[in-house]
Parts: sequence; structure tokens; C-alpha cells
Amino acid sequence: MIEASTEIVFNKRVAKNTFFMGFRSEPMVNVAKPGQFVMMRVRSSIDPLLRRPFSICGVNGDVLLILYRVVGQGTAILSEKRPGDLIRVLGPLGRGFAFPGKAVQPIMVAGGMGIAPLIFLSLTLARKDQHFLAGYGISAEVVPPDQLGIVGLSPAIATEDGSQGHHGRVTDLLESVLSNAKKIPSAIFTCGPLPMLQAVRRIALGKSIPCQVSLESTMACGVGACQGCAVRKAPRFDGAYAHVCQDGPVFDAEILDWEVM
Amino acid sequence: MDKPDLSVQLGALNLKNPVLTASGTFGYGREFASVMDPGLLGGIVVKGISLKPMVGNPPPRIVETPGGMLNAIGLANVGLEAFLSEKLPWLQKLKVLVIVNIYGHSLDEYGAVAAGLKGVPGVAALEVNISCPNVEQGGMAFGTDPDMAARVTERVLRETDKPVIVKLSPNVTDIRVIARAVEKAGAHAISLINTLTGMTIDIEKRTSKLANGSGGLSGPAIRPVALHMVRQVVQTVRLPVIGIGGIREARDALEFLIAGADAVQVGTANFVNPGASLDIISGIEKFLMEHHIESVKEIIGTLKN
Repeated sequence: MIEASTEIVFNKRVAKNTFFMGFRSEPMVNVAKPGQFVMMRVRSSIDPLLRRPFSICGVNGDVLLILYRVVGQGTAILSEKRPGDLIRVLGPLGRGFAFPGKAVQPIMVAGGMGIAPLIFLSLTLARKDQHFLAGYGISAEVVPPDQLGIVGLSPAIATEDGSQGHHGRVTDLLESVLSNAKKIPSAIFTCGPLPMLQAVRRIALGKSIPCQVSLESTMACGVGACQGCAVRKAPRFDGAYAHVCQDGPVFDAEILDWEVM
Repeated sequence: MDKPDLSVQLGALNLKNPVLTASGTFGYGREFASVMDPGLLGGIVVKGISLKPMVGNPPPRIVETPGGMLNAIGLANVGLEAFLSEKLPWLQKLKVLVIVNIYGHSLDEYGAVAAGLKGVPGVAALEVNISCPNVEQGGMAFGTDPDMAARVTERVLRETDKPVIVKLSPNVTDIRVIARAVEKAGAHAISLINTLTGMTIDIEKRTSKLANGSGGLSGPAIRPVALHMVRQVVQTVRLPVIGIGGIREARDALEFLIAGADAVQVGTANFVNPGASLDIISGIEKFLMEHHIESVKEIIGTLKN
């Protein structure tokens, strides 16, 4: 974990309300793992007061990459940053994805901005047999990998309004991948809105496929000190709370209590 | 000019500087240790410890508000036994003053936690959180009733050999009444303020943004309230006072010292900037040098009006 003032290298719009930012930090790049996140201080004033958590989307040389959608005051301020601006970053934080064995086929299932940590995972695994499924609401939100300077990554797209790719949900794509790959041991890696995570987890559970979920949460500190980002564990795992920042953000889906999420 | 003397005295406690980290904002000391040296602090007040482990409240537990945040963590903590076996040994290796914040849901529970910490090396003092609901009195907070606050103080004093700091709740009509009660009960020092109760609503869902309904407001937004209450208490009791509430930089800490606080605690600012407390220590030192003041003690309680 490093806390540093870092230089923004680029910050560009890549889809509707969606921005791709790179900031220079060799020490963070050297230790960043897929699934980990950073806490960014978008402004040094007291409004907004708290840092904002962002999944690491990848690394490029000494530049650490994030992908974010403007959803509120913090991300709106972030979207106005220019190359050369300095920003304070704390990271990398949290526990990332556990990598699948060589004989296990990885299936990434992303919803909206949930694509960010899965891009980093996918590029790190660099597996030819992997499936990458990405769901969005409308085509304007679709993040094209070439906009991120990524080659060799072409997710299967689903949009809810049918304006691009499969007309429907990303879980439809998942069902279809799984029905075509019955005999191959697989592992699912997913990140996105809660209803989507619940649906993915149900499918994985039904087919006894291991599933790792990356969760999003409001956070104050990002390091386990405030205990603000609690998430309930399943009754058979003592029913106590885990903390997204420290015990996650990536969890084995079956550790969590999905009834109270 | 030589470096100014930053040490302060809180009754029997010697602090190398007047800046401590507040309970619940610095974990058990270890969480931020890779990005800042906790050994440089005037002291660490660890997360509130109860007799048994507490899982805390359901999420959402925190929400940002203008210049602050509301929390309803629910005093989640590992419990006395795990604190002693798992958390304290690491803290004892640091050359830093450790104050253990304690709480209970009954007088007996307060007494039992204090007794469990009696004679434990590496624990310099106890800070008693009296903002908790008293389960024997219909959930009313101990800290809102002078008689109850005094009884908690007496009970803890009876069970411990360590200095006792009582942390006051601001959610009262007149904080001076509570301060007087705990002084009379024998407390060695007073710290204030704990969080101010508040709430915020999601207008689309028409629900409180906290699962608990209400929460405790902290951060820069509460600083003027805290400063005023510290001033009131300083003018009311003869005990050492630790000022807490929205301190994020040296100038804020200096306001509390000038108002009469002998030391300060930094809370929410730790979340925003893990190095905030250390920046405040060096900022105080710089201020003293610029004003040719040899010791921080010389500015404590120097408010002119």
C-alpha cells in the first residue's frame, strides 16, 4: 500500500459518461493485482470530503489505469482532470482475484463499469480459451477495448435495449456459453450491479461452477480502519460481517449472504 | 531557534506531543502503518473495546454529508479477549502511548472490561465511551444523564489502576452538567466531543441512507460545535481536556489548544489523509517556531476573549 501524489497522464471520454484515466506510479504498478482498487482524493477541499474507490483496470508501463462512470459529485470532478494534474492516490488495496488453474476455463461476466477489474484480470491471465461477456444498458455505454488501447480483447456484448450485440442480459450470454461448454471445468469471475451479481451467482451455484465476485461499496478509509463497508457472510461462515476493502473486494460468492445483500 | 517542546501533560500521562488518533478512526494502530509511522503520534486511542466481540450494524453503515460523514458502525470490535491476544502485542512493540477506549451496555459490562485491562502492560490509560445505550435503562445513552455518567465513571475507576478519561457525548442539553458530574466522580481527564447524532434520506427510496436510521456525524462540519463545547468544559472543570471534532490540519488543532484543550484527537481526517495526524504535529511545530514559542504548553488556554 502506497500513498502518493501522482501525475495524471490522460483522462479521456471513452463512452457515454465513461472516462478512462491513467496516472503515473511505478511503485503501485509494480504491486497491483487484478481485483485490487485505489482510493483517490478528487479534491483537497472538504467537499467532497472522502476519497473515492476505483477498481484498477490495468497497467501500462509505469501508468496505472482506471475506468469510471460519472455518477455523482466525486466522479464529475475527476472527469475534469487534465494531463499533468496531480492527484493523491492510496493503493493498491484489498484482495484481488484468485487465478484459475490451467485446466479451468475462465469466464468473465461484466455489467457496466464492472468491466474494469475484469479487463485487468483478462489481460493478466492472457488465456486464449477465456470467455469475456459484457452487458450494458444501451450501446452508447459500451466501452470498446480499442478505445482503451487494448488489442486482442473482444468481449461478447449484450445490451438491454438491443442496440448492440445480444438483445437482453449478459446472463443470457453466460447461459449460452455454459450450455456449449458442458464438459469443461470453468470458473466465473464477475463484477457489476447487484441484481446482475445475484443472477450470475444463481447460475454458477446451479451448475456448481466456482464464482468470484468483485463487490462495490461506499468506503471511508479503504484499509479496514473504519469498518464502514461491511457485507454479511453466509450463516455457515458464522454470519458475521466481512469488509469489502480488506476481506474483498473479491469474494468467493458462496461466502456471502445473498439474502441480505 | 531550537525546535519547540511539543510535550504535554494530561494528569499523570506524559505525551510527547498533543496529537492522538481518535477511537474508531485508526483501527488498532496497524491499518495505516505502511503509509505513516504511528510511533510518531502523541498517542493512539484504539477502537472501542467491549467485553464480548460485537459484529456491528447492518450496511449501509456510512454516508458522506457536506463537510463530514455519518456513521452507524455499531461499535463493531473484536472483544476484550481477542484485543489482548491479537491486537495489543503489535501495539506494545511501538514506542507509542496506547489508550484503550472501552464501552459496555451495562455498568457491570463497563466494570468487566476495565477489570480485564487492569495491570496490562502497554495500556497507558482508559478512555470511557459513555455514548452507548444503557440496556438496563431502556436504551438511553449513559452519557446523557449526569447521574448515570457519574456511576459509569465510578465503576470503571473502581476496577482499574490506570488513568481514566471520560469521553463526552455532545447530544445533551448542557455538556457542563455532565462534565461536572464525571469530575466529581473522580475522572482523571475528559475528552470531547463524540459524534453528533444525525440522519440523511434517500428521496427516491424514501429511506434513511443508513440501515440504522440515524448515525454519528463527524468531520470538519462539526468542528465549531466541538470547539465551543471544549471551551465550555474547560471553563467548568479543572481536569485536563482532550479536544476532538473535525480537526484536519494544524490550524484546527491550534484552535482547540488555544481554547484550553491540553491535547487533541484526530478522527475522520485519518480516512481522507492517513498522514493527517503527522502533518498536524509538524504544522504545530512550525507555528510555534514562527511565533518564537518554546513550548506548546505556552499556548494552551490562551484565548483572550
